[in-house]
Amino acid sequence: MRIFDHPNYDFIKWRWHAFALSGLVVLAGVAFVVSRGGVPMGIDFTGGTIVVAKFEQPVAEDAVRQALAATPGEKVVQSYGDAADNQVLIRLPQMGDENAGNLDEAANSVVQSLGAAGLPKFELLSQEIVGPVIGRELQLKGIYATLASIVGIAIYIALRFRPAFAIGAIAATLHDVFITIAFLALFGYELSLNVVAALLTITGYSVNDTIVIFDRVRENMRSARRDPLEKVVNTAVNQTLSRTVITAGTTFLSVLALYVFGGEVLEGFAFTMLVGIVSGTYSTVFIAAAIAIILGNRQGAATAVSGAAVKVKAATARRS
Amino acid sequence: MSKNLRWKVLTILAVIGLSVWAFVPPQDKIRLGLDLKGGVHLVMRVQTDDALRVETETTADRLRETLRTQTIPVTGITVAGPNEFRVAGVPTAQDAQFRQALVDIDLIYDRSQSLTDYTFRLKPSVVSQLRDETVNQALQTIERRVNELGVAEPVVARHSAADQILVQLPGVSDVNRAKEIIRSTALLELKLVEQGPFPDEASARQAFAGNVPPDMQILPGRSEGTAGSAPTTVYYAVRRVAAVTGRDLRNARPSLDENNRPAVSFSLNNEGAVKFGNFTQANINRQLGIVLDGRVYSAPNIQSRIDSEGRITGNFTQQEAADLGLTLRSGALPASLTYLEERTVGPTLGADSVRAGVIASTGGLVFVLLFLLYYYKLAGFNAFVSITTNLIILLGLMAYLGATMTLPGIAGFILTIGMGVDSNVLIFERIKEELTGGKGVKAAVAAGFDRVFLTILDTHVASLISAAFLFQFGTGPIRGFATTLTIGLLANVFTAVFVSRTMFELFLSRRDQPATLSI
Repeated sequence: MRIFDHPNYDFIKWRWHAFALSGLVVLAGVAFVVSRGGVPMGIDFTGGTIVVAKFEQPVAEDAVRQALAATPGEKVVQSYGDAADNQVLIRLPQMGDENAGNLDEAANSVVQSLGAAGLPKFELLSQEIVGPVIGRELQLKGIYATLASIVGIAIYIALRFRPAFAIGAIAATLHDVFITIAFLALFGYELSLNVVAALLTITGYSVNDTIVIFDRVRENMRSARRDPLEKVVNTAVNQTLSRTVITAGTTFLSVLALYVFGGEVLEGFAFTMLVGIVSGTYSTVFIAAAIAIILGNRQGAATAVSGAAVKVKAATARRS
Repeated sequence: MSKNLRWKVLTILAVIGLSVWAFVPPQDKIRLGLDLKGGVHLVMRVQTDDALRVETETTADRLRETLRTQTIPVTGITVAGPNEFRVAGVPTAQDAQFRQALVDIDLIYDRSQSLTDYTFRLKPSVVSQLRDETVNQALQTIERRVNELGVAEPVVARHSAADQILVQLPGVSDVNRAKEIIRSTALLELKLVEQGPFPDEASARQAFAGNVPPDMQILPGRSEGTAGSAPTTVYYAVRRVAAVTGRDLRNARPSLDENNRPAVSFSLNNEGAVKFGNFTQANINRQLGIVLDGRVYSAPNIQSRIDSEGRITGNFTQQEAADLGLTLRSGALPASLTYLEERTVGPTLGADSVRAGVIASTGGLVFVLLFLLYYYKLAGFNAFVSITTNLIILLGLMAYLGATMTLPGIAGFILTIGMGVDSNVLIFERIKEELTGGKGVKAAVAAGFDRVFLTILDTHVASLISAAFLFQFGTGPIRGFATTLTIGLLANVFTAVFVSRTMFELFLSRRDQPATLSI
């Protein structure tokens, strides 16, 4: 059984349309993110406090909000997990001063206010307090790690394949990161440590797809030297099409299982992966390969000329 | 079965056997991270400035003493910052003599002079060395305290930035108590009380006509209070230099005072006992200040020579007395601590997460395997075996290496399944292609594996590169993810290439001329 029997789609023909579409989506994403005042950051990066409380009986979010009215700062109160679990997540901005040693002021005042408000009994499921120093550190580390991993992979591809391929892979990966962040913002997810981990995984995955195609291109170039790069690449994309669809499809579905059953903590992680897998598959076919062709042709022309020069020299050497 | 093939099969069975042996039973062998087990994760900063200030104050005090004995009158010695002090008004005539008194100080301080005033700054190399020592000392002290708390598998380590310490306490529910125990400085000093108690600080200063001698200080304390009345804050004038400090402690343990209230008894080591004995002998009928973290807890009268035993009383609860004993035993912190990050996961949430993660990964695995069996038929069984073997090796290696399983680590399992599927699909698709191209079954299988091997190697190296940066970036849970992914990738090269190929060979060796392949 095969999904595609001898596929022969002309993917490369669509490259300019694909560039236009991607450009549009990325621009719209950037515009949306900017209009919202930047990438939404979770407390891992901004600093702040999150308390998750589980009540013994159902409580209205409004009741919790009222109980916390006296606590200063802009609070977010929302139900957490299954409605039947009576869990409430409370998020507060950074309060207290690390140097004064009262980083936990916000958390303590929440617990006190909830206790004093006559709500049903509750237990604390989790409590996260991140000070601004750590927040800044994690922000820097996250950016550094994402960039470093892209650069590291690019160097590897440039060494194993061609520099033009590396640029194609980087472009595709950055494309995926941008689109994923835009979707995160659109669906109201915040950048957290887990989400950045998912972004890093996506860079790995996206490159993974790209390498499979590039590898095939490299192999085909040995047997079909005469064909133009467009044709070689297009053949490679078609040859690996079944694999691309099956792998993306199965991975997408197993991450979907994570999204549905994995619980609140992993939801952001799984969502990021879902968007990234779709974007990564698309960008491999339409962005990475196309850029490799555009750059590769220019470079290929140069190599052809210098190759001819070598041949002439060799011929002259033989004659003399 | 050829001899070669038999060895391959034996190797695979041995690897599976070893892995299973390593992780069974999983609840004992697989270490769970804080997010799955519950517990607290703390990052704190050691205020190393404290240690510099102590160094500078001690040096200034010593210099003051030296100048007094050598009768070099100066206008004043002031500590201007954690690593700087000034000496003003050195008489010109005695300048040479003053400089001679600086031999020791010049080793660690940079000196600058303007007329008769001198400024001393700690040398930068000494500063960084002192800071480093301070963090290390704090680390050791915290380690001792955490060990005394009786937490299983705690983590106490230096964190990313130079002055940060990470503490992870799995399974601790009383976070505030743990935090207090870790943070309390617990510097015990036994000092001579010159005067007091005074009802407030102003009257204490008045007793010296507003001019407290430089070798004395005013410290707050707690009045003994008669039973029933609330204790109030009083002030004592005490000697700046302690007769004995917590460094000379041999032991400290909770006990009871004469009124059967919780107290902490301590005993001194030999050196401390000699010092304390001489000190008490010389000061009979005067008051001894028992000072903890700059606060006078009690100021009993010295009635006779005391050698090695003492007691700290206050309005302690039993728990407080026990905790104070613990912190005293583990030694004083060289500097104060401030908390930068605190994450607590309750055990209920952890257990819920484990359940959700297991359901999600089992669901993903079952779905993927069903698809592979449906799509690749008999060869799908190969993929099933190779992916399952991959997960078994992953679990075995995690148990063997003592790697921590975290919630993102469960996601790492799912992604490992994804990588396993990918490798198998790559190979199977290639075999199909070779078959369509007209190759015989054996040749097609061989070509499929050979051609795809390089691709698999390249994709895995690229993924390992991003996993390495992920490990470097993350703390706790994210590291768990990076570890799982790395081990999974390595195991996958073995299972997708070696295990799956051996199975094909096993199948093909049974028949002489298999005409078709169920793929």
